[in-house]
Amino acid sequence: MELIETVFVRNNLIVAFAVVGVTIWISYLVADKLTHGRIHGSAIAIALGLVAAYFGGVATGGNTGVADIALLGGIGLMGGGMMRDFAIVATAFGVHLSELKKAGVAGVISIFAGVIVSFIVGAVIAILFGYTDAAEITTIGAGAVTYIVGPVTGEAIGASDAVITLSVAAGLVKSILVMIGTPLVARYIGLNNPQSAMVFGGLMGTTSGVAAGLAATDPKLVPYGAMTATFYTGVGCLLGPSILFFIVSGIY
Amino acid sequence: MIVYGVALLSACLILGMLIGEALGVALNVEANVGGVGIAMLFLVFASNSEKFKSLTEGAAGSGINFWSAMYIPIVVAMAARQNVAAAVDGGMLALLAGVAAVVVSFALVPVLSKIGSGPSTEESEEQGAV
Repeated sequence: MELIETVFVRNNLIVAFAVVGVTIWISYLVADKLTHGRIHGSAIAIALGLVAAYFGGVATGGNTGVADIALLGGIGLMGGGMMRDFAIVATAFGVHLSELKKAGVAGVISIFAGVIVSFIVGAVIAILFGYTDAAEITTIGAGAVTYIVGPVTGEAIGASDAVITLSVAAGLVKSILVMIGTPLVARYIGLNNPQSAMVFGGLMGTTSGVAAGLAATDPKLVPYGAMTATFYTGVGCLLGPSILFFIVSGIY
Repeated sequence: MIVYGVALLSACLILGMLIGEALGVALNVEANVGGVGIAMLFLVFASNSEKFKSLTEGAAGSGINFWSAMYIPIVVAMAARQNVAAAVDGGMLALLAGVAAVVVSFALVPVLSKIGSGPSTEESEEQGAV
């Protein structure tokens, strides 16, 4: 046992490659045999990853899902921000400039619309749950933007730790739901071309959610959605503790 | 050489991240503003440009294509390291706020896509003229 642990921990990234490879193989098999290709294999793989992350988190009490299990520590590196961003940028290889220009204006509008709409929705729900403090309402609203905007805003305007934790949870729910929901609703919202993918990325904004959601819908759309999504958190961190907070404190 | 493509990709990411980080400092925001998006633009420019042909064609290009193909496996690993337990623990408020934000945003996709596609023919003509 110790022998296995030594080898696995020492080669954790390699173990991650193998484990993810097997997971994807099983997922594509299930997609093919059980759903006859109706559900995309990568959607199943992502869902399996999320389920595993839940049990990993419950078992270890850590906050990086499966990666907190010593033997699977390499998943943390493989699925971490550095590798994710590297691979996302690589998907831009072969993208045509003309496609980007076509959706440029709508893409920029969608980023601001996405941040503001998500914020309002989150803030309204906070109010419905009985929150009356402007800083608390703003922080929960910011959490509905993304799980990074929530804590950045909360810390900047002095919200309590409990509310900041809530805002992170709201952002996580959003991110996970985008991962799972995108392939299911793609047909109904016209998500089948580069332009709508850019608008989608700008509206949703959660880079992880958009990255996984589009991968499970149509990998060709990934670079377009990711391009706008990566500006979203920055815009959210810009608006959250400033304009949006001022507006909420003006009302409350 | 495969590594040329990988190096170009790395250079794009680092340059984009630096600019994104600098934008964050300039805007007084504790976040990287669009670093990845800017990096993607650099790679798009490089792959559409004659000057960088030796770094994007043949073996060098397959170095970039490899990482592009590794994207889905990396996303699966990313899903497996999300703090799902915390999201579940967040309770009704977190759940409702997250779900409602997603539902409303989904609904807006076709609306905003239309704004984009309306004048797009004119825009592409203008770009053609430029």
